[in-house]
Amino acid sequence: MTATAVVTGLGVAAPNGLGIEDYWRATLDGESGIRRITRFDPAGYPCRFAGEITGFDPAAHIPGRLMPQTDHMTRLALAATGWALGDAGADPAAMDEFGMSVVTANAYGGFEFGHRELEKLWSRGGKHVSAYQSFAWFYAVNTGQISIRHGMRGPSGVLVSEQAGGLDATGQARRHIRKGMPLVVTGGVDGALSPWGWVAYLSGGQLSSGDDPARAYLPFDTAAAGWVPGEGGAILIVEEAAAARARGAAQVYGEVAGYSSGIDPAPDTGRPPALPRVIRQALDDAGLRAADIGVVFADAVGLPALDRAEAEAITEVFGAGAVPVTAPKTMVGRLASGGSALDIATACLALRDQVIPPTVHVTDPAGPAADLDLVRAARQAPLDSALVLARGTGGFTSALVVRRAA
Amino acid sequence: MARITIDDLKEMLVKAGGEGADVPSLDGDAVDKAFADLGYDSLALLEVVGKLELTYDITLEEEATQPGGTPRELLDLVNGMLNAAA
Repeated sequence: MTATAVVTGLGVAAPNGLGIEDYWRATLDGESGIRRITRFDPAGYPCRFAGEITGFDPAAHIPGRLMPQTDHMTRLALAATGWALGDAGADPAAMDEFGMSVVTANAYGGFEFGHRELEKLWSRGGKHVSAYQSFAWFYAVNTGQISIRHGMRGPSGVLVSEQAGGLDATGQARRHIRKGMPLVVTGGVDGALSPWGWVAYLSGGQLSSGDDPARAYLPFDTAAAGWVPGEGGAILIVEEAAAARARGAAQVYGEVAGYSSGIDPAPDTGRPPALPRVIRQALDDAGLRAADIGVVFADAVGLPALDRAEAEAITEVFGAGAVPVTAPKTMVGRLASGGSALDIATACLALRDQVIPPTVHVTDPAGPAADLDLVRAARQAPLDSALVLARGTGGFTSALVVRRAA
Repeated sequence: MARITIDDLKEMLVKAGGEGADVPSLDGDAVDKAFADLGYDSLALLEVVGKLELTYDITLEEEATQPGGTPRELLDLVNGMLNAAA
């Protein structure tokens, strides 16, 4: 029999809340964390809004030894991991070190740290660059730091597939569980809110440049004109179901029941996008029919063509208005690989409390999105399974199903 | 001529290795403890060496900063080089 992978712990670092209860209350209340950037002065840039995490005191959460060697997003990831382990009631020191893996997703690396060190390189010379730059910028750094801090020596790695990363990492975590690993730390935390990082975001040409934070990120809306970056994400503790039961896990949020990934065809081929196929494969993998899905967490890019493709894919698989669709990321922006990890955490909380969190700011769904049952105020609903969608720059397309524990 | 004091070295160690409740103190007899026992790995020491080389315009051999060495040994080594160069 195939091992069952269940989510037993969540750690959330989001622009509208730190820790699951703060985040979940804010999310159900529709509190947006999208604001004018304060980390640096955005006045000279065409885009000035971000989902920025404020009020995070790294020294309160991170060992002093790690402060000189970590980027901001790694500190968030380490804090979120501590919260997730606490939520799961798991004590790594009491567990087999080779029975714990770390698989996180990352898309930007330690941009702010790298910004500082490159500035030293070009203004003062190579000898001024910190030795820690050797790994602090690196995509795998969160996985490495989590593994070292908690003594987790099972097979580990990093997935780099932009927004799809949080789903791909969790899919990979499930593979490790099926190969016999009792516990995997997964999810993703990302963010590059430094001037250099901002230039990287801007180079994609997809950011919104409005003057109103409540109108800057409007996926599926007739006024959709780009997205707003954010920082943060979620760390998930995934365990083999029997192992979680045996150690007395604090709770089981749900099972990683289905997962699939694909890649879009090159833009000039005229072939259809991967999303409908990937959704069907994830449902098949979970052994579910479309009607079994209680809510879809949309990728919600905020660009008209991609929004249309997503709305059409959902309607093609589920039928017009047949499934509630939501995008709570309208409150936090797009968190790169952290976004889909946060959506899994949010789906777990939705299953726990039987409530669908809202999509905010959107007022006028466009074209095929008008056929969606877009949830714009928190809605009580019987939820057995949730589907999370994510598409990353470059064509990455992934879908993951979380099923409520029986 | 320039000489490095134990306080100068401690400041560099804190900057490279961090400080806080979880980090061993550098006070008292810590100057005679091995870097490894004080929680400094090879990369943290590389960071310290880089800072020493820049600040005092010297070049340290790799052996000078093994995790088995102590802060006092490093201090004596640097001051020996500074004296020789004077």
